[in-house]
Amino acid sequence: MTKLFATTALLTALALPAFAVQPAEGETLAETQTYTYWLLDAIKSLDPALNTDVEGSDVQRNLYEGLMIEDAQGAMIPGMALSHEVSEDGLTYTFTLRDANWSNGEPVTADDFVYAWQRVVTPETASEYAWYLELMNVANATAIVAGEMAPDQLGVAALDDKTLQVTLTTPTPYFIKTLSHTTTYPVPRAVVEEHGDAWTQPGNLVGNGAFTLASHNLGVEIVLQKNPEYWDAENVVMETVRGVTVNDNNVALTRYQAGELDRVQIPAGQYPRLSEQYPDQAISVPNGCSYAYVFNVGENGPEVLKDQRVREAMALSLNREIIVDQVLQGGQRPAYTWTHWAIEGFAAPEGGMEDMPMEDRLARATELLAEASYGPDNPVRLQLQYNTDDNHRLLAIAAQQFWRPLGIEIELNNVEWAVHTDRLQSGDFEVARYAWCADYNEATTFLDWFRTDGYNSGKWSNEEYDALLEEARTAEDTAPLYQRAEEILAEEVPAAFVYHYAKVDMINPAIKGLPTENLRNTWYGKDLYRTAE
Amino acid sequence: MFAFVLRRLAVAIPTLLLLIVFSFVLMHLAPGGPFTGERALPPQVLANLEAQYGLNDPLWLQIWNYLVSVVVHFDFGPSFVYPDRTVNQLIANGFPVTLTYGGLSFLAAVIFGVSLGVVAAIWHNSWVDYLAVGISIGAQVLPNFVMAPLLVLVFTLWYRLLPGGGWSFSDPSFWVMPVIALATSYMASIARITRSSMLEVLGSNHIRTARAKGMPEHRVIIRHALKPAMLPVISYLGPVFVSMITGSVVIDIYFSTGGIGKAFVDSALNRDYAVMMGVTILVGALTILFNLLVDVLYAWIDPKIRY
Repeated sequence: MTKLFATTALLTALALPAFAVQPAEGETLAETQTYTYWLLDAIKSLDPALNTDVEGSDVQRNLYEGLMIEDAQGAMIPGMALSHEVSEDGLTYTFTLRDANWSNGEPVTADDFVYAWQRVVTPETASEYAWYLELMNVANATAIVAGEMAPDQLGVAALDDKTLQVTLTTPTPYFIKTLSHTTTYPVPRAVVEEHGDAWTQPGNLVGNGAFTLASHNLGVEIVLQKNPEYWDAENVVMETVRGVTVNDNNVALTRYQAGELDRVQIPAGQYPRLSEQYPDQAISVPNGCSYAYVFNVGENGPEVLKDQRVREAMALSLNREIIVDQVLQGGQRPAYTWTHWAIEGFAAPEGGMEDMPMEDRLARATELLAEASYGPDNPVRLQLQYNTDDNHRLLAIAAQQFWRPLGIEIELNNVEWAVHTDRLQSGDFEVARYAWCADYNEATTFLDWFRTDGYNSGKWSNEEYDALLEEARTAEDTAPLYQRAEEILAEEVPAAFVYHYAKVDMINPAIKGLPTENLRNTWYGKDLYRTAE
Repeated sequence: MFAFVLRRLAVAIPTLLLLIVFSFVLMHLAPGGPFTGERALPPQVLANLEAQYGLNDPLWLQIWNYLVSVVVHFDFGPSFVYPDRTVNQLIANGFPVTLTYGGLSFLAAVIFGVSLGVVAAIWHNSWVDYLAVGISIGAQVLPNFVMAPLLVLVFTLWYRLLPGGGWSFSDPSFWVMPVIALATSYMASIARITRSSMLEVLGSNHIRTARAKGMPEHRVIIRHALKPAMLPVISYLGPVFVSMITGSVVIDIYFSTGGIGKAFVDSALNRDYAVMMGVTILVGALTILFNLLVDVLYAWIDPKIRY
């Protein structure tokens, strides 16, 4: 264990300086360096403590910089932290900060991190992501969120202006990987205290990222300008980053084609046509989310789903290839594991459902149902709940068709989003559509979901599974543990995994520097540049 | 008349209060809350959020606090979903947008609709009539959610004439497509109502008398036919005006105007209680106000009506 931590520390210390991506030789830069990207909706908040969504994170990543940033592959490289050391017991991390300024010229200090992290867990801040510091296992986070301890007891301290020390409750193998998340960004204490809730509005906002907030017309557009105070400003090529809200994906595509946008998501079902027409623009990359049908095996769940054979039959007979190739058509992959296939260091267990031909799977499913004394003559009747969305509806209809011949009659139950999530959380469903996205690039971000005390809407519980994940916290080689955990999920079938997401976008070929291998599609405006066409 | 207006205003206040209370209760009855999401929040985090927004108080206390804050301080509270902004700010941002494109659409719909209807009635059963009816049926059957993407396709992608969406108060090119898309179907309805009402009036006795005494046809139409023919149109226009200036969710979505129409629908779906209440009150107050205005107009136009 000591060795592992020592190596991590050394690697980080030796890492090359994390300068912004530079144009390759032979590329001519465009005169106006502007990147305009598509937003489906208004940005909810520009306050790192209050941010809850991907769109907000994309903007904040340019306005602020955390201890770590990600490279094009999603690996952690130094951001505000030049280097760090880990204690032998894996509980104390000491970061040395680089010389950097806020956009108002004030220096970024360790105290700004202390203030920001304390602010996240303070109950009065009412941060929806307060749990993130609990996930990071920062000491006392849980007690402070519960109001049982003062916020200044949080396991984070400024030893001096440039030294930050973090204390954890338990060794956390993925700790460093959590540090590029918006919730961990520093905030300027003086500015927040001066303006209160309005500190993130244009004119007030002060950040330490590569860009500053030029204007923000909520639900219309947000404009960021290069920040001359940024520590690596001389290597930042892009001058302006604009996020333009278009509430309809098809209209957004039209506006992309009219040259108003440089990047837009491809609406469902249009990837095959567009990739044929514009092979250099239509791009599909893995996106760290998994889609599943969760079975409610808890108290409120139907009796029939408590029978493992029924669940397994349902998982077996779901034809994921058809779903991916005929319905979604955007480079998604069939899922047989909960963990996304592209998660770093994850290898799916060998054998199992994935290697069985479809006929064998159907035969096995029929057999299992017959054993449980179900079949077309005595059908299983279940409700499948999904939230309003064209894709969810199409998939639910497909699933209904796959299951019907076996004697599983599905009644589709479409509800609006708020009702769907409310019922998921109160266990008021039979089978429900669900998706989970990686918070960080490691398998536990998925596997923790099925722990007995995890989110686990279906209330499945397995002692060996819980023990494996506990063991993984301190294990040197976690891969076999995660593999075994996935095997348990495959045997016990608390959910039928459907597909692993892909991000399918049209991207203007003049824009360079957008990551294509980063599972969470974390991009930084500082790495972008526009070439002359 | 003055007494009538006063009386109506006196009724308006309890009506608004009832509206607030009913909406508040209904909204809280809907399953889920502003903080239910794909990932369930840990109970302690949820408790902190609810305490911060006063959601853990009993419902009657929440309603009371809300009424006090709205009536006494004119403060609609902070948004649950956009924590950086207050509801007052959100409305102040979005309402001028919908007021602009909605008001212009209203003018366009009234001017073109009434003209089409009058022309069709005067040249009843001629090609002019058929053309006018054809246009209004065409406009009616083309819903704005079809029209909006079509406009973007034609004017933004093909002709590169207009921006495909967004909003600017200083650049009217942003207003053109929202106004066309919103006005069209209202124009069609106004044209049809005007036409049928005009036809009825043109066949009435006082018009025959006017014609018989040799009055020029244009004076017959403008002075004697148009005014009474407008009565059914005006009763239609009152609520339409309110719904137009408070925005259309379809227009807001397709043209990303940042208007209040989408904010309203979103707030209901997101359970953003504060924004939803704010917009409900705004729409409610405007509706009451313009219904009153319509009644006053009625009395002015039709001397037979007395309050």
